[in-house]
Amino acid sequence: MKTSSPVFAGAAALALSVFALSTPASAQVADSITIYNAQHEGLTKEWVEAFTEETGIAVTVRNGSDLEFANQIVQEGANSPADVFLTENSPAMALVDGKGLFAPVDPATLEQVPEQFRPADGHWIGIAARSTVFAYDKTKLSEDKLPKSMLDLANPEWKGRWAASPSGADFQAIVGALLQLKGEEATADWLKGMKESFTAYRGNSTAMRAVNAGQTEGALIYHYYYFGDQAKTGENSKNVALHYFRNQDPGAFVSISGGGILASSKHKEQAQAFLKWVTGKGGQAVLRDGTSFEYAVGKGEASNKALVPLDELQAPKVEPSTLNNAKVTDMMTAAGLL
Amino acid sequence: MPAASSWTLTIAVAVAVVALLPLGFVLWATVVTGWETAALLIFRGRVGELMVNTILLIFFTIPICTVVAVSLAWLTERSDLPGARLWSWLAVAPLAVPAFVHSYAWIGTWPSLHGLFAGVAISVVAYFPFLYLPLAAAFRLLDPALEDQAASLGLAPFAVFRRVVLPQLRLALCGGMLLIGLHLLAEYGLFAMIRFDTFTTAIIDQFQSTYNGTAAHMLALVLVLCCFVLLGLEATLRGHRRYARLGPGVARQLKIIRLGKWKYPCLLLPLTVAAFSLGIPALTIGRWLIAGGSGIWRMDEVGLSLIQTLAICLIGGLATTAAAVPIAWLSVRRPTRATRFLEGCYYLASSMPGVVVALALVTVTVRVMLPLYQTVATIVLAYVVMFLPRALVSLRASIAQVPVELEQAAASLGRSPGNALWSTTVRLAAPGAAAGVALASLGIINELTATQMLAPNGTRTLAMAFFALTGEIDYAGAAPYALLMVIFSMPLIWLLHYQSKKIAGR
Repeated sequence: MKTSSPVFAGAAALALSVFALSTPASAQVADSITIYNAQHEGLTKEWVEAFTEETGIAVTVRNGSDLEFANQIVQEGANSPADVFLTENSPAMALVDGKGLFAPVDPATLEQVPEQFRPADGHWIGIAARSTVFAYDKTKLSEDKLPKSMLDLANPEWKGRWAASPSGADFQAIVGALLQLKGEEATADWLKGMKESFTAYRGNSTAMRAVNAGQTEGALIYHYYYFGDQAKTGENSKNVALHYFRNQDPGAFVSISGGGILASSKHKEQAQAFLKWVTGKGGQAVLRDGTSFEYAVGKGEASNKALVPLDELQAPKVEPSTLNNAKVTDMMTAAGLL
Repeated sequence: MPAASSWTLTIAVAVAVVALLPLGFVLWATVVTGWETAALLIFRGRVGELMVNTILLIFFTIPICTVVAVSLAWLTERSDLPGARLWSWLAVAPLAVPAFVHSYAWIGTWPSLHGLFAGVAISVVAYFPFLYLPLAAAFRLLDPALEDQAASLGLAPFAVFRRVVLPQLRLALCGGMLLIGLHLLAEYGLFAMIRFDTFTTAIIDQFQSTYNGTAAHMLALVLVLCCFVLLGLEATLRGHRRYARLGPGVARQLKIIRLGKWKYPCLLLPLTVAAFSLGIPALTIGRWLIAGGSGIWRMDEVGLSLIQTLAICLIGGLATTAAAVPIAWLSVRRPTRATRFLEGCYYLASSMPGVVVALALVTVTVRVMLPLYQTVATIVLAYVVMFLPRALVSLRASIAQVPVELEQAAASLGRSPGNALWSTTVRLAAPGAAAGVALASLGIINELTATQMLAPNGTRTLAMAFFALTGEIDYAGAAPYALLMVIFSMPLIWLLHYQSKKIAGR
């Protein structure tokens, strides 16, 4: 037996195919952008389909979560295949911006959104907003029994009575706001109390579903899960009502979803066009008329009529560009929540 | 000819090195992290909670699986249970339902299900076939003479079972238990849906908040250590005793035990198991399909997802089998200590959970091998590492059945060596290779964790789409994906069962 050439040929073919396959699919189309999307898949899909139809620019979407992508972009550095990054919350944006990986957003695009919904440096821009709420079981809790402040939830009287999704970027953004508003010590104490008193669910919709099913009395989530379910069948929210904390409470935090263009993008022109479109009439109309129920942030753009107007929420003033998620994850890891 | 062997050996070694990458990665991560930080991240309350969860899960699931699988295997192979052949198929069929689809089905039926109880219950129905398959094969291979002798020496029937039958099942038992244990450590989707936290779910949580962070790496280290504990336990329990028939002649036909008046009560067991492991998924998927109507069959999405899944299964299956060829050939034709050691490396590598394999490949491709980052090649590589033994087992068995003399005869008739190999061994081993591709594909179609972390941009497999939709509690929208995964796994399960029967000589 002289040779095992078929064996070798097989291996060589494998090696070849490995190289043939090593070209990312997205790189093959010149006039196309790649979005790292941490927003709800449905919302981004509505945006992307309308944008492509209007501009002819093809879009490849990779879905994931806020901080997974933010840290991924940091590790990829100059080699990131992403052109645009969309999030649900600001901390992920702050993280990428802190590493200097964003290109400035076109001034004309920035002008489409009021100052309070974008960072001062103009390196990214608010694309939508969402409000923290306490979604509660209205068959069990009357209005006078609701927590006055989000901070009350860490107290013993709430032990075993509420839920949250601590592994999600949404909840971590709320903790980030708390950290900015009340400082490190108060936040650490609150997280410690929370670990004792809450039940962990994976995902905000799952937490709301648990409230509806009577498994827990309330959940600290964002507002649109309720409206989204009501607009469908309502089967996961028929016993649920929303409590807005208001009074500039940390629990009244309004979180800004962000969009940014990577400095390493090789399709900046198309990427800028996308952000301009999303924050402009077309993109904001999707928020108003679509099924996302997130708040519109464009100047003069109305949100969906079913929502409590954004300016009635008495949200605390939080600077989105300094929300520090690395600190939040560390503190949550230390508190045993992650 | 030494040159040919050494070429093959070189390739086999190269594959082993790649396969061991995840282990190397965990060691590297620990060294880079430094002992102080590592200790801080490892010796903390959360890790303790996860450890308790993991131990309890394994401690309850494996014994229950064993009792179910031994009873079912005995009933279907050794007794005159009515419809034994049908029950035997139904005991393997749950493997066609991905573990996370089992979970989806159960919480669809009992929405408040969560925690350890749910984890154990769903794990049992999802994983007992891993024990049933080898046990059923082992029961078929038993030589009745041993049992007769034990009985003639005065042992009561149950004592015969305990002292003669059980020891002969030990290899099958240990192998199956190990497989289930490793699956429990690696599973994500099943436990994520019922709010039961294990190391794997915690690593994914960390990954989703920090991508490729130190805390995730340290959890991966603990997870890998858990795998080693299981591997060590199995090696100890397996022992060194071997049972084989000596002497001339063929073993007598197995005696089928008459259940008599117990016949119908005994039917309750396979009936109950099938109801939980097949009935619940079928009912839930069916119910959501009806509730969702035609609106959930968005063919642009479902169809695309299906095509992508089938493509990635085929590429992954072919690559895995191709990667297994050198070592399969060597272990049959040139069995040495070195080839046995290499084989061991493959098995060790594939026992690493998908989440660890994915973390390792993310780290390596993003830092060192950038051209491979987020490509099909990387995810195929992960599949090769995870599913190589599946292809290896099928290939080796079929190569071993081809006498080397055929090749030599072909060569002596004037064929070139390559041609001789091609026209004899390769052709005859082709069915084994095909089985290898199929079994690796079965693993890939149900894989969620590594796929999610490594999939190229724009890729969305059935498993990924299913899991994303259930995350938004769109249970109706997820049903078509579940159905397609089950439908495409079915023929592969048939192959698995058929193969195990063939190996057992029936």
